[in-house]
Amino acid sequence: MRVLVSLIAVLALAFIAYLGVGIGHADTLFGVVIPYLALAIFLFGIIYRVVTWARVPVPFRIPTTCGQQKCLEWIKPSRFENPYNNFGVIIRVAMEVLFFRSLFRNVKSEIKQGKVVYGHTKWLWLAGLAFHYSFLVIIIRHLRFFVEPVPIFVKWAESLDGFFQVGIPILMLTDVVILAALTYLFLRRVLIPQLRYISLPADYFPLFLIGAIATTGILLRYFFKTDLIGIKELALGLVSLKPVVPKGIHWLFFMHFFLVCCLFTYFPFSKLLHMAGIFMSPTRNLANNNRAVRHINPWNPKVEVHTYQEYEDEFREKMVAAGIPVEKQPEPQGQGTKE
Amino acid sequence: MGEPKFDEMDNYKKEDLLKVDYKPPGKSWFETKIDFNQRKGSWIYPAKPKNLEYIGFPNPREWFPTDEDWKLPKNWKEIILEGMADRLKRFRTFQVFMDICVRCGACADKCHFFIGGGDPKNMPVLRAELLRSIYRREFTKAGRILGSIAGGRELTIDVIKEWFFYFYQCTECRRCSVFCPYGIDTAEITMMARELMHLLGLNVNWIMEPVANCYRTGNHLGIQPHGLKDTLEFFADDIEDVTGIKVDIPMNKKGAEILFVTPSGDFLADPGIFTCMGYMLLFHELGLDYTWSTYASEGGNFGLFTSNEAMKRLNAKIYAEAKRLGVKWILGGECGHMWRVMHQYMDTMNGPADFLETPVSPITGTRFENAKSTKMTHIIEFTSDLIKHGKLKLDPSRNDDLVVTFHDSCNPARGLGLFEEPRYILKAVCNNFVEMPEDTTREKTFCCGGGAGLGTDENMEIRLRGGMPRGHAVKYVQDKYGANMLAAICAIDRATLVTVCDYWAPGVGVTGIHELVANALICKGEKKRTMNMRGEPLPGVNPEEEGDEDV
Repeated sequence: MRVLVSLIAVLALAFIAYLGVGIGHADTLFGVVIPYLALAIFLFGIIYRVVTWARVPVPFRIPTTCGQQKCLEWIKPSRFENPYNNFGVIIRVAMEVLFFRSLFRNVKSEIKQGKVVYGHTKWLWLAGLAFHYSFLVIIIRHLRFFVEPVPIFVKWAESLDGFFQVGIPILMLTDVVILAALTYLFLRRVLIPQLRYISLPADYFPLFLIGAIATTGILLRYFFKTDLIGIKELALGLVSLKPVVPKGIHWLFFMHFFLVCCLFTYFPFSKLLHMAGIFMSPTRNLANNNRAVRHINPWNPKVEVHTYQEYEDEFREKMVAAGIPVEKQPEPQGQGTKE
Repeated sequence: MGEPKFDEMDNYKKEDLLKVDYKPPGKSWFETKIDFNQRKGSWIYPAKPKNLEYIGFPNPREWFPTDEDWKLPKNWKEIILEGMADRLKRFRTFQVFMDICVRCGACADKCHFFIGGGDPKNMPVLRAELLRSIYRREFTKAGRILGSIAGGRELTIDVIKEWFFYFYQCTECRRCSVFCPYGIDTAEITMMARELMHLLGLNVNWIMEPVANCYRTGNHLGIQPHGLKDTLEFFADDIEDVTGIKVDIPMNKKGAEILFVTPSGDFLADPGIFTCMGYMLLFHELGLDYTWSTYASEGGNFGLFTSNEAMKRLNAKIYAEAKRLGVKWILGGECGHMWRVMHQYMDTMNGPADFLETPVSPITGTRFENAKSTKMTHIIEFTSDLIKHGKLKLDPSRNDDLVVTFHDSCNPARGLGLFEEPRYILKAVCNNFVEMPEDTTREKTFCCGGGAGLGTDENMEIRLRGGMPRGHAVKYVQDKYGANMLAAICAIDRATLVTVCDYWAPGVGVTGIHELVANALICKGEKKRTMNMRGEPLPGVNPEEEGDEDV
C-alpha cells in the first residue's frame, strides 16, 4: 500500500510532464518557470531548515563516544572516534559524511540455536555509499550542460566514469551503479519484514523518484539520443538568466527535467534533509572535552533545590546524636524527633 | 513458596524467552494497541502520589496502567502539544532527530530489548517514530495536510499509553546511536518522551521514589545521616574482620581535600557493599584526606531518567556540598549513569565550579587536566594512575579463584570512553582476565537491561529479555574460559546483572572493580589475609585456620 502510493505519485508526476510538454507543448513552463521555482524552493527551503535547526540551542554537550577517552597520558586516546578537540570533531564528521563511518560499523544480531550471534554486515553501507557517490558523479557530469567551456574536473569525472569504454555512447559506470544501488535499497525495504514494517511512503517515494530520474536520463543518453546542443542551450540560458527554449527537444527530456525539479522541491520538506542534518547532530559534532571545558546552556533553568540548611534542619538532632558535625547546634530543648 | 509470579525470575523459562519471533505483525504499527493485562512483566508500577507531591510534580494520584481511565488532566492533549513545541525550541537534538531519520534500519537489531524480545516497537527507529509520527502530524505541513500518508498519526490516549509502555522499555543506553549514520540518539528521544509524560503525571515509582528520597535525604535509598554513618561503620567492622585494619570514616569533614561521592547502591546490598568497602580500605591505605557527605550521599541521579530540571535539582547538592565543606576537588565512585551526569551535565547545569581546584592526585602528583573545569575525577582514573606509578602493593594471586571478565557499562563507555583504565586495573589486580566477544564490549557494549530506572521486579520479563545479549556474552566466556566473575563499574549493574547472570549464566558472580582492588591490596599493618572482602576464604587458604565467623 505504502509502496503503491509512492509509485503512483511518481508515475503521476512523470505523466504530468508528458501531458504538459508531449501534448500541451508548455515548453517554457517546464523548461524555465518550474526549474527556477524548484531551485528557489530548494535553496530557500534548505537554508530555512538549517537556520531553524541552528537557532535551536544545544543545551548539553552529549557526544556519543566510540573510542578511548583522553585522560591519562600513558593511555592513547582515540582521537577521531572520541574527539577531544575541534580537529578531531572535523575528522569525525568528515568520516561520517565521506565514508559513512557509523554504518560501516554495522553488526547484525540474531538468535541462532538458542544463542545470540553477531555478524558483520556491510551491504547497507556498500549500497548507501555506491548510491551517494554515483549520484555525486552524475551531478558533476551534468555540469557539462551548465558551464561553457566544460571544466576540467567534469571531463575527468566523465572519463573515469566511462573507464571501460564499452558501447556508443560510452557506458557510464555510475548509471549502472545507481540503478543497482537503488534496486538494492528498494528490495531490502520490501523484502526484510522489519524494514517493510517501519517504511513509510516517504521512504519509497524518493527511491522511486530518483529511480525515475535515472531511468529517463539513461533513456535519453543511450536510446533516444536527444538533441544535446539544444539542451545545453537551454541549460546555459537558465544559468545566465537569459532563458531560451530551443525547438525540437524531446518530451522525454522535459520529463527527466521535471522529475529533477520535483526532487529539488521535495528535498527541504523530507528526510532527504539528512544531508544537512548530519552536520548538526550533537552526538557527532561535539568534542568529548566535557570535564575540561564548560558547556553553556543558554536557557539553564533556575530550579528549586533542597539546600543543606533545610536538610540539616530536618536531621540536626539525629546528626548530632550520631556525632556528625553540624553547622548549627540544636536548641537545648530539642531532643528526639519524630520519625 | 508456591508458583513463581510474573515479577520473579523463575516464572520465565529460558526456552520460552529464546523463542524470539522477529517477524512483525501484519497490522501497521499505527494501529496496534497495548494490552497492559496481557503484558504483565513488561511495565512498571506508577509513582505513588506522595513521591510526586514531595517534589512538586503535576497530577499526583492513584492510578494503574490496567485501568481504562488513567485520570489525565482534561486538557492533556494541549499539554503534550505545548510541551513538544517548547522542547523543539530548546533541544536541537529533539528537533534534528525528529527531522532527519531516513529509517534505514541500521539501529533495528542494536537494541537489547529488540534482540531479546522481538517486539518491533523496541527497534530504536520505531521507538522514536512513536513520537515522530505525532511530530509529523502536528508540527509539519505535510503531516497536517496528508495525515498518515506523510507518516502522521493522531495523538490519542492509546498513543500516550503506548509511550508509557515503550519509553519505559528503553534504558537510554545509547547503543543504537553508535550505529546510526546520523548519530540519532534514542536516549534523547526517550528523555523527551518522559519529560512530556511527566507533564501529565505519568511516571513510574521505581524512578520517582528514589528522586523524592534523594531530594530529601541526599540519596536514592532514603538513608538518613545517622543511618549512613551506621552503614559505613558496619562496613568498617567487616573490613577489620578481613584485614585487621580499622579504617576511619570521615563524615561531613570540613576542610578535607577531597569530597568522595558514590552511588548509594554501594551502601545497600551485596555485591555493591564490597566495592564500597574497597574504596574505604584503599583510601585508608593511601592516607587520603577525604570526606563522605551525608547531604551529598548520592552520586547517582535518577533525575537523569526523569527530566533535565529534576536532574539539575538533585545534582545541585554536589557542588553545594563541596563548597560548604571547602574541599579542593571531588572524587567519584564506580557508577554508570552518575558519570554521564557528572561528565556531560553537572558543570553545565550547576557550574562553574570556580571555588574548586583542578584535581591532583596527592599520591602521584598527576594533574587531571581532563577535569580542569568540572573538578571531578573518576575513581577508575584515579586508581589506574596509582597503579601505573607503582603506588599500590598488590597481590593479584588473592583473586586467583576468579576468572574475571569486564562489562563496559553503557554510560562510561558511550558517554566518556572509559575503556582502557578499568582493564588496566583489572589486569593488575587479578591474574585471570578474559574479554567477552568484541561486538558486546566497549562502545558496542550491551546494557544490563535494567538501566534508566528499569531495574525493578515487576518488569522482570522485559529485563530478562533485555539482559539476554549481555547474559549470552557472559555465558560464552563462562563456557570457553571458565569465567566466574563479571566486573562492572556501575551500581545499577551490580544490582541488575546479578539477576541477568543468575538467569543466563548461572555460576557467574558480579563485582565492582574496587572490591577486587581491595582483595589484592597489601596494606600496611594488615593481618595475614585469609578472606576476601566477602568474607570467603582466599584461594589456597583453609578456612578453619582463622577463628572468625561472619554473617
